[in-house]
Amino acid sequence: MAGGSTEDVHGSVLVQPTLKLGLWVLLAVVTSLFALFISAYAMRMKLGDWNPLPEPGLLWLNTGVLILTSAVMEWTRAAANRGQKDGVRTGLFAAGVLTVAFLAGQLVVWQQLHASGYFLGANPANDFFYVLTALHGLHLLGGLVAWGRTTAGVQRGVALGAARLSVGLCALYWHYLLLVWLVLFALLLST
Amino acid sequence: MSYVAHDASAFAPPAEVREVELYHPKTWLGKYVFSQDAKVIAIQYAITAISIGVVALVFSWLIRLQLGFPNTFSFIDPSNYLQFVTQHGMIMVIYLLTALFLGAFGNYLIPLMIGARDMVFPYVNMLSYWVYLVAVLLLVASFFVPGGATGAGWTLYPPQAILQGTPGESWGIILMLVSLAVFIIGFTMGGLNYVVTVLQARTRGMTLMRLPLTVWGIFMATILALLAFPALFVSAIMMILDRTLGTSFFMPAIVSMGQKLEYAGGSPVLFQHLFWFFGHPEVYIVALPAFGIVSDLLSVHARKNIFGYRMMVWAIVAIGGLSFIVWAHHMYVSGMNPYFGFFFATTTLIIAVPTAIKVYNWVLTLWRGNIHLNVPMLFAIGFIFTFINGGLTGLFLGNVTVDVPLSDTMFVVAHFHMVMAIAPVLAVFGAIYHWYPKITGRMLDDTLGKVHFWFTFVGSYAIYYPMHYLGFLGVPRRYYAIGGTDFIPESVQSMNAGITIAALIVGAAQMVFFYNLVRSYFKGKPSGGNPWEATTLEWQTPHTPPTHGNFGRELPVVYRWAYDFSVPGAPQDFIPQNVPPPEAATGARDRA
Repeated sequence: MAGGSTEDVHGSVLVQPTLKLGLWVLLAVVTSLFALFISAYAMRMKLGDWNPLPEPGLLWLNTGVLILTSAVMEWTRAAANRGQKDGVRTGLFAAGVLTVAFLAGQLVVWQQLHASGYFLGANPANDFFYVLTALHGLHLLGGLVAWGRTTAGVQRGVALGAARLSVGLCALYWHYLLLVWLVLFALLLST
Repeated sequence: MSYVAHDASAFAPPAEVREVELYHPKTWLGKYVFSQDAKVIAIQYAITAISIGVVALVFSWLIRLQLGFPNTFSFIDPSNYLQFVTQHGMIMVIYLLTALFLGAFGNYLIPLMIGARDMVFPYVNMLSYWVYLVAVLLLVASFFVPGGATGAGWTLYPPQAILQGTPGESWGIILMLVSLAVFIIGFTMGGLNYVVTVLQARTRGMTLMRLPLTVWGIFMATILALLAFPALFVSAIMMILDRTLGTSFFMPAIVSMGQKLEYAGGSPVLFQHLFWFFGHPEVYIVALPAFGIVSDLLSVHARKNIFGYRMMVWAIVAIGGLSFIVWAHHMYVSGMNPYFGFFFATTTLIIAVPTAIKVYNWVLTLWRGNIHLNVPMLFAIGFIFTFINGGLTGLFLGNVTVDVPLSDTMFVVAHFHMVMAIAPVLAVFGAIYHWYPKITGRMLDDTLGKVHFWFTFVGSYAIYYPMHYLGFLGVPRRYYAIGGTDFIPESVQSMNAGITIAALIVGAAQMVFFYNLVRSYFKGKPSGGNPWEATTLEWQTPHTPPTHGNFGRELPVVYRWAYDFSVPGAPQDFIPQNVPPPEAATGARDRA
């Protein structure tokens, strides 16, 4: 991964492993953050007042949307590797739309829970649900900033090497956040 | 055991990274204010951290004035006192020491010592400083909001941190928590840079096992910080929610001021686990860079290679790893499961092994060395003494049965000040005296430096040695006034007064240091590029202070480890890392 020194495209050889390693280190930090939240969840859950909240059916749909987003990102990455500029444009656009759809879906879930009386502050299970989904959503929003820069770059017509790198990093980040969501969702379902 | 590849005949492997385009600022603002040059960022970090550190120093004076001369100063009431204690601790640990070791020394030394032109993500590096500044400003703002800064103790334990009766429970605590969260975001930006730069931007021939120990210490401390600070972030977010939105993550059902509050079911011990999962690695975030710096100072100023380099590196790594499984030794009296205490006491004592290896190696480095007792060396030796003292009392407190009676006494205050306040600060001073000539091109004044050292070193012992005895007598920490007890004799008051006088003198002695910094900047003796005749790359730059890009036209190539001092047969008593080996095997035979 990092430290590779293949001699193909000038410039991108240097930048690629460095940025990618930077992202991996960042993911390690984010992993620590979510792992600690999950530990806190596990400890707090054992105390007497824990009332699990129902998982609205919409969460399954949102999960499906996020899986689809990740798949589209992967497809976009493959398109970038094959050098298909149109494919990259379409793929990035679709992934952006799907991500926004996921975030909107999560907001609707919040509203549904709120409407049926599961307020923040009423029970620790609710609190953790809101905090964990918010934290995950904020990380996706941060990803959308990188997505925006990548999309703008592709529209401007940056060199293929650079586009390939950015799209690859986006794909990695989205896969990672999908993984985090699957873990969180499993945790919510099982408790 | 295979030895470190410092053999001159070892060839320099190809670079892991080739030359990169440097960012060149176009405006005055871009060059000096919003600079992306790690050296400028380092100075910005240092000035900000030391400025806020002076505020915390003044707080410590005020704490001591109250303890030494109670009922004398009308402007110190119990609330103020708790605020001074809290802010002194918080600022010193996080906003001064963490920022100074990683933000300032990390930024200045990492690129120069590994032979890089700059950090790998200069823009993010710049942002890191400005986010840190915002965190500091938020902290300062908390002094001025209604109710003042939080007085909950630097550990900010709930439930009292956010309940009526604790100073700053309205706004101070919120600003404190937000400031910490912002600090962590800023640190993460910098930390990514330090780690990835060490892994990716080393120059040709600079293998990991040729890195100076300073870089190893900062590198490992950064990894600890990146993984441990999220725990503080998580607890800060959850406490902000408890305070503002009425959640009950940490807050149990509680009656406060005769009223039953809305909270129910939360766990204060959960907060303690999260806090100390950050808090204990934090000790090593401060200690590991100090270890690294002291190793390099000892080697340079004793003109001897560091003893057991490879062991030193693995000890740093082992301490870093172990520091994540000892956190609950801060919680023996929290009411957690007693079997936990057994586990955490064991892991705590195991840490003594790699730590002792380091101490032995420092002493063996000095053994029969050509010791130059200049100011950096004095501070480095002072560090070893102080660290051993603090470490030994750590063995007492690491054992549950001894810790329980000593908990929350002055003994604990004396212990952690020795081990993680005085010791790292001595390393910081040693480092500043050592690297100031590279940063400014001028030497710091030697006489003033020695005055500064002896007042600081002897003075610290005058403060903290007696404090251990106060702890044995059962004098509690964090108390505004002791009041009347059966077990604390009258004479404690005289000892407290003496400690206060020592503290005032030590604090005032720091003014000598600041005067020296300013005076030498204008009038100091020009230092030349390598005044200490050191081997590491920062001393081999074509310009002093190093210019933008550090190494002029071409990056140095590294042929040897950082500790080739007093090599038999060599023309000088040091061989810089970038000096190629002599032809053929003559050099290698001499060394064998």
